[in-house]
Amino acid sequence: MEPLKIIEAILFAANRPLSEEDLSVLLKRGGETAGIVFDEQSLSPENIRQWMEDYSRRLTDTGIQLVSVAGGYRLATREEFAPWISAMFDEAKPPRLSAPALETLAVIAYRQPISRAEIEAVRGVAVGGVLETLVDRGVIRVAGRADVPGRPLIYETTTYFLEHFGLRDLNDLPNVEELKRVKLPDPPAPETPQQPELLHEPAGHTQEN
Amino acid sequence: MLNPDLPGWRVSLPVFDGPLDLLLYLIKKEEMSIYDIQIGKITEQYLEHLNEMREMDLEVAGDFLVVAATLLYIKSRTLLPEDQQMAEEEPEEGEDPRWELIRQLVEYKKFKDASFELHLRQTRQDKLYFRDVDEKPVSIIPLGLGEVGVFDLVKAFQRILDRAREKEGFREIYEEKYTVSDKMQSILNLMDKTETLLFTTLFNDVTSRPEIVVTFLALLELVRLKQLKARQSDVFGEIEIYRGPTVTLS
Repeated sequence: MEPLKIIEAILFAANRPLSEEDLSVLLKRGGETAGIVFDEQSLSPENIRQWMEDYSRRLTDTGIQLVSVAGGYRLATREEFAPWISAMFDEAKPPRLSAPALETLAVIAYRQPISRAEIEAVRGVAVGGVLETLVDRGVIRVAGRADVPGRPLIYETTTYFLEHFGLRDLNDLPNVEELKRVKLPDPPAPETPQQPELLHEPAGHTQEN
Repeated sequence: MLNPDLPGWRVSLPVFDGPLDLLLYLIKKEEMSIYDIQIGKITEQYLEHLNEMREMDLEVAGDFLVVAATLLYIKSRTLLPEDQQMAEEEPEEGEDPRWELIRQLVEYKKFKDASFELHLRQTRQDKLYFRDVDEKPVSIIPLGLGEVGVFDLVKAFQRILDRAREKEGFREIYEEKYTVSDKMQSILNLMDKTETLLFTTLFNDVTSRPEIVVTFLALLELVRLKQLKARQSDVFGEIEIYRGPTVTLS
C-alpha cells in the first residue's frame, strides 16, 4: 500500500493541521491494525516532508491545495474558488478583526507573553476592550501573570491565531526578526513601589531575544 | 473647543486608532521625516485635531491628551535657549527632547505596519475553506443505546403531544385537577403490577393536554428520584420504563 495515498486520505478526513510527526505516528498505528509495516526510514519526518512537497505539486491541477499552517498540513480549497464556495454556505464567515484589534494582536504576537500595560505603552491607547474581543475571538489567551509588582495578567496567542492568519508558526510572522528585537517603551510604573531587593532582577519576560 | 455657532455637525473626521496613529498621519501629511519632526507645526495641528474630536468618548480623549501634553512639553523645551534648558535627569537625553517621542513613534509604526501585513493574510486566509473544523464525521459517533436521557424522553413526549393534538376536538369544559404527586403515585401503582411499561402506554387513557403534561412531569420526577429508569432497546424502538435499583421513597 502506498503511504502517500494513505496520507492523502488522512488529510482529507482530518479536522486539524497534522504535523510530519502526527502523520508518521498515524501511519504506524494504522499499519498495526491493518497488518502492514512501513520501514522506519520512510516514516521519518524528513521523508514525509519530501512526500508532502511532491504531493503539493501534484495538486496543482486540482481545485484544492496543501497548506502548511499551525505546525501541520491541511487540505484547503484554492483562493480563486472562494466566491463559489461561499455561495454554498448561508452563513457569512465571522467578521474580520478591526484595525485597532489587529494592531493590538500584532504587539502580542511579536512580544508574547505581554501585559496590558506593555501593550498600551506601545499603542498609546487603552486596550482593555480590545483584549476582551481578542480573547472572545479565540486568537489570544491569558498566559499567566508576570513576575513583576502587581502581578499583571500576561497574554499570548493561540494555535487558532496561527490558523486564522495561515501562519506555520510564530517565526512565520512578517518581519519577525526585527519586531522581536525592537525595544518596547516602558509601561508606566505600577502603583505599588518595587521592593528594593527586587531591583536587581530585571523583569524576565521582556528580555527574551 | 466646539464652536456652538457652527452650523450643524462636522462628521467627516478620519478615525484614528490612537494618538500615535494621529501623529503619524500628521507627519505623513506634512511630508516630514519621523526622525526630524517640526514640533511646533505638529503640535499646532495635533491640538486642532483634538478640538475637532471633542465629541469622542472620554477614555480615547484621555489617551490623546497625554500625547498633547508631551508635545507641549517638548515644544516648551525647544523654545528655551540652549543654556537655560533644565538639566535632565539622564544627561545624555538632554540633547534632543524629541527623541523619546520619536522612538515611540518609530516602534509604533513597525507594529502598525505588521498589523497591516496580518490584515492582508487574514483577507487571503478568509478565502480558503477547510473541511469542517469542529465536527467529526457523523458516522464515527456511536449511537448510544440502553439507558435513555432526558432529551429522548422529551422527544417521545413531543410525539405524544402531537398525537393528542390530532385527537383534540370539541368537548365540554370542566375543571382539570391533576397534581404531579397524584400522578407519581398512580404511575408507581402501575409499576407494581408489571416489570416494564412502554412509555406510550402511560398516556393511553390520557386525553387532555394538561393531563399529558402532568403525567410527563410525574415521570420525570420519578426518574429524577431514581425510582424509575427509562431504556430503549434499539434506535427507533419504544422507550420502556422500569424500576431502577430500589430506593425507598420517603
